[in-house]
Amino acid sequence: MPTEKHGVGRPLGERVRGALRDWSVPRQVRGQDAERAAAESEGSRRLRPRLEEADRVGTSICPYCAVGCGQLVYARGNQVIAIEGDPRNPINQGTLCPKGSATFGWMQNPNRLTTVKYRAPFSDHWEERPLTWAMEQIAQRIKKTRDATFVKTIEDGVPVNHTTGIAELGGATLDNEENYLIKKLLAGGLGMIWIENQARI
Amino acid sequence: MSTPVWPEFVPERGRALGSDALSGPIIDEAELTAGVRVEAGQTYGFLTDTTLCIGCKACEVACKEWNALPAEEPFVMTGNSYDNTSQLSATTWRHVAFVEKLVQAGAHERASATHGSAFQSGWLMMSDVCKHCTHAGCLEACPTGALFRTEFDTVVVQADICNGCGYCVPACPFGVVALDSNDGKAHKCTLCYDRLKGGFEPACAKACPTNSIQFGPLPDLHARANERVASLRQRHGVADAYLYGVQGADGGQGTTGGIGDLQAFFVLTDQPEVYNLPSAPSLPSRRVRPGLLAGLATMAGVAIAAAVVFAAGSERP
Amino acid sequence: MPSLGASFGRGAATTPQWDLANADCIVVMGSNMAENHPIAFRFALQAKEKNGATLIHVDPRFTRTSALADLYAPVRAGSDIAFLGGIIRYILEGDHYFKEYVLNYSNAATILEEGYQDTEDLDGLFSGFVSSEKAYDGTTWQYRGMDVPAAFSEHFTHHGDSGLSPDEQNVRAKEIQHRPPTTDPTLQDPRCVFQVLKRHYARYTPEEVERVSGCPRETFLAVCEALVRNSGRERTTAWCYAVGWTHHTTGVQMIRAAAIVQTLLGNIGRPGGGILALRGHASIQGSTDIPTLYNLLPGYLTQPSAQKRHATLAEYLAAETAPTGWWHNYPKYVVSLLRAWYGDAAAETNDWRYDWLPKIVGDHSQLPMTLAMQDGSIKGLLLMGQNPAVGGHNTPVVRKGLANLEWLVVREVFESESASFWYRSPEVERGELRTRDIGTEIFLLPAALPGEKEGTFTNTHRLIQWHDQVVDPPGDCRSETWFFYHLGKRLKALYEDSTDPRDAALRHLTWDYPTKGQREEPDVETILREINGYTWPGRHQIADFKDLKDDGSTAAGCWIYTGVFPEDGHNTTRDRVADGPEGPGSHLGWAFAWPSNRRLMYNRASADPAGKPWSERKRYLWWDARAARWVGKDNPDFPADRPPDFEPDWTRAPLTGMDAHDGRSPFMMAGDGKAWLFAPSGLKDGPLPTHYEPKESPVRNPLYGQQDNPAIKTWDRPDNPYHAIGDPAYPYVITTYRLTEHHAGGIPTRFVPTTAELQPEGFLELSPELGAQLGITTGDPVVVSTARGSIESKALVTDRMQPLQVAGHTVHQVGMPWHFGWQGYATGDVANTLTSIVGDPNSSIHEGKAFTCNVRKGRLDQAPAQS
Repeated sequence: MPTEKHGVGRPLGERVRGALRDWSVPRQVRGQDAERAAAESEGSRRLRPRLEEADRVGTSICPYCAVGCGQLVYARGNQVIAIEGDPRNPINQGTLCPKGSATFGWMQNPNRLTTVKYRAPFSDHWEERPLTWAMEQIAQRIKKTRDATFVKTIEDGVPVNHTTGIAELGGATLDNEENYLIKKLLAGGLGMIWIENQARI
Repeated sequence: MSTPVWPEFVPERGRALGSDALSGPIIDEAELTAGVRVEAGQTYGFLTDTTLCIGCKACEVACKEWNALPAEEPFVMTGNSYDNTSQLSATTWRHVAFVEKLVQAGAHERASATHGSAFQSGWLMMSDVCKHCTHAGCLEACPTGALFRTEFDTVVVQADICNGCGYCVPACPFGVVALDSNDGKAHKCTLCYDRLKGGFEPACAKACPTNSIQFGPLPDLHARANERVASLRQRHGVADAYLYGVQGADGGQGTTGGIGDLQAFFVLTDQPEVYNLPSAPSLPSRRVRPGLLAGLATMAGVAIAAAVVFAAGSERP
Repeated sequence: MPSLGASFGRGAATTPQWDLANADCIVVMGSNMAENHPIAFRFALQAKEKNGATLIHVDPRFTRTSALADLYAPVRAGSDIAFLGGIIRYILEGDHYFKEYVLNYSNAATILEEGYQDTEDLDGLFSGFVSSEKAYDGTTWQYRGMDVPAAFSEHFTHHGDSGLSPDEQNVRAKEIQHRPPTTDPTLQDPRCVFQVLKRHYARYTPEEVERVSGCPRETFLAVCEALVRNSGRERTTAWCYAVGWTHHTTGVQMIRAAAIVQTLLGNIGRPGGGILALRGHASIQGSTDIPTLYNLLPGYLTQPSAQKRHATLAEYLAAETAPTGWWHNYPKYVVSLLRAWYGDAAAETNDWRYDWLPKIVGDHSQLPMTLAMQDGSIKGLLLMGQNPAVGGHNTPVVRKGLANLEWLVVREVFESESASFWYRSPEVERGELRTRDIGTEIFLLPAALPGEKEGTFTNTHRLIQWHDQVVDPPGDCRSETWFFYHLGKRLKALYEDSTDPRDAALRHLTWDYPTKGQREEPDVETILREINGYTWPGRHQIADFKDLKDDGSTAAGCWIYTGVFPEDGHNTTRDRVADGPEGPGSHLGWAFAWPSNRRLMYNRASADPAGKPWSERKRYLWWDARAARWVGKDNPDFPADRPPDFEPDWTRAPLTGMDAHDGRSPFMMAGDGKAWLFAPSGLKDGPLPTHYEPKESPVRNPLYGQQDNPAIKTWDRPDNPYHAIGDPAYPYVITTYRLTEHHAGGIPTRFVPTTAELQPEGFLELSPELGAQLGITTGDPVVVSTARGSIESKALVTDRMQPLQVAGHTVHQVGMPWHFGWQGYATGDVANTLTSIVGDPNSSIHEGKAFTCNVRKGRLDQAPAQS
């Protein structure tokens, strides 16, 4: 399982040592309430919410649906330690739905892709490749296909300056600035017209 | 002071926080999310109002993400409506029950389909949780002091003490506490003990989109719940609404057997059994009562075992 | 969203989500709001708590939304216009419409052309249908003596075959600059919109509503009564819809029908009213505003088309610039966009490089894209966070299309079905495709998430909110900004030495974004500043789009977003001051909403014609005579200093732009400033919503001889077959949908354990009645089939599904969530294997919400039992 089970991996010796130290009977004998302070363990005494370990708290927006719930992203070092609803946001006032509540599990997920995978034509396996290599290959594929399929005018002489050989699909999960660069580069620069996203899906 | 059912935004706090960058966690965040400043020495609990529940399970997810609890495996659908986590367990501390009752027993028509109740009807959804009983059977049964009552009056298993004896499991009249097969210890909802210590609302209540789960000091929650039930009955025509887990709540329906108030209590609109809750939970301490002496005996045994482990452990490089 | 655009002027939700809390009644139809937008649903529950609001859910399935509703109305999937038409008739026949509102703010009184013929006259068709082209010429739908363009990108779509010369058309289009449309304020003229409407909907009686939709008439009437009881001066009703309406071949007209209801009841532009489109991706509104769509340029400007009079900039501007209303400013936005994209290479002498914009030559949306991949005309595909192998339609064809590409770039967070089709798809499992025969070269690049990158999302109510970068993305994960910026750099380098004119656009494309850090991440605020717009060449930020110019002195990437970065150092999407309980509740200090930070659109209509609030209870915006301004709880969506009694000075005609509107025209994007009950332009399938059956239906259209949408987009070919009407091989109605526990194509929720466990497998929901008929109980394996393909699932038998009586037949409906695929923890067969490629004529949106299928008990690899 990707999420770590609590308590696993702590050596038995250490666990028993803790139990002995925290054994409540001596404190009960000293007169503390058996069910309250006397029973409080070292772990309980030290317990604090891990949110307090954050050295940065960023404002974010939930990446799922279009309601636009605010999120707070708590990070320590370069590691996200929790993601919760932003109580200041007038849309969600700190709440989140099940998907939004799982944003931490999305971001900190062992199944996440973190390297470039390449599948050669007719191959039966993925290969890991450097990012810079992939970027150059992609640029070359786009140029090759564009150059082979670019149309300046259609039959009746109407200028079209487009390519129908390359398509782009997706955008509704992306930032406005990302969509802007996509449309600007692909349509405004390369002349692509097959540009679509999830808005019709 | 009675907190409004819908926590209104706190304007001064909002303005003070009115920039997108935060230097750290919001101090006393529960004031913004629940209208509550969390303080040691008060009794806290949950009011779970099923009439507002949309069965989204945000509580289950928020709980697991905060407490780093694993998913229930295998990933197989139960076929029991939209309930696929089935019950509270050592790794599921909030569980949403689904009860389809579009067709009344014995009837053929989908009676409630057209004219529903003003709130939830036809498909009951209830987020169950540890009740943090005023007289907690699990706590009384625990021989090691692993279970204890915190400074917030909540009932918590301390993993660093629990030895996995399992006495607490049958002691719970609600089937809440369970042993985890992975670490062998007892686990259940802590009412987010760590979060309370930092002034944060418990994760499930904070996430709940519709305020079906409300967190607060028990007297406030009682006042709010009474108001809510009255409003449901008088203003919204929900005659069946009642409180479960409040001792002596009207008509006796909300009585809690012999175990007193439940600090996590419920607004229900059908019989408790429909939601898989006992109609009259009994005080289990008469069945299991180890107490101080049993605790001494148990710990003596553990101590002997531990001495052996210590000796072995200390010899390792 | 052409429907809201054609009705009110802008294709976006009219109201912010939090305003639902001010409603007295909320109708959720075409949406399962509690499940798919739980946080928005908070406000619906607040309205119940605060105002005792009535919550109504109209839906084929009893869902978690229905469970919280006061009133649940079951309907057959795809019968929504019959139901809504019934409501319109109820309002008109019972005299329940808001007279003063309708008379002043809608086109109810406007007189239509003599030649207009209704579906009442032509058995389900409007005048102007050209059957050989399956298309309408809308000349006869126009206002008497004048053409008024629609207020969205399809301004003029009706003159393909009208026989009018361009000059004649031009005269008709300019007529509105000389006089207002002819009206009959008594609403008695048989050719006025009001009377046409009344006649069109006369046959939508409660009895017919029941016969077509299967909804019991008492239930239908209870909905009507709640609606009219909660509308008027003192009370308002809000409508919420989602893809339950758009995913039909009549989807645009379903939304139009709701627009008509809301206009008649006086619920647009008022607190607690409006039509809230609930959209399903974090920035799906943003990706329509700044479109990764084939037919639009940023800010709802029209992508030039070889099929329209768009050959030169002059022709394009002549065709697209509205004579009156706000869209008269069109040239300013086009020239500012071209300046932003082509910088100093754009000049008046070269038409601002208009010819560098590619022209479209037809429908380039996702449905035909799927077929173009399959047919091999598309060689390469860039897939950005979308999973068409699961979310596309007729997905066997989608997957075969992916296998037919030369190259494919997938940018994702997890290895999606669209990245793994070549070794794990059902086609590969069944041997229809063999890995060693698939020549597609695939680059799978890991993507960064919000929190790992900064930027803005535009939510469903046009609110543009910034998200911070808090940590660096892991490993080689990168933002799309990074990907496209660096891809652009590399392409520019590859074309550096080209002298071919066709490469000039790329070589001159402005692409000078500063980068930061080791990873050379482009500075996102610089891009946002360009989207907002600045002076050229000085690059001083512009505060409002009214300051954009058509002389090249301003550059703006998306004119409707002007105001997001109004001055140096002020990124308004980062503003975080919400209103307190005593505040106006419009949260003007929280982020930025387009246009010009107006939260509730068309809010001039919240005041009566004289500028006073309709009632104290529904006070929102009003005319302050002393200050000579519109004041209230929001920024006015109207010229701020135009008094209510303002009249255009027709003696100075021609009047252009806003000069032609009076002080009582709240819908400033429309040529006549009114809400369109009747849409004379813009829609390809008629000026009024009319009930047509889904492409695949168990019954003949009970209302007209015309079976389905006459202008429907079909692609009838061997790999995309359709079922005949009432085909006994496919007797059940099926609808597909989302669950609250999963997201769209299942990326990422099927990979995240805490959500995957909540709905761990795909399933088929069916009624106990159908279960008994087919011997199916919960948990049984079932095979669901259409002519496109068959899949296996697990049965979930539930009272929440119910058979309906439709036109004398018992219609069984079944349902399947479409999230599932073979990747991740939560798996299931792909429901979109069953759907077909068929589209709404206006939007090219598919019909995943209503089609037909067969169901049998058993496994996919077992032959059906003989019965």
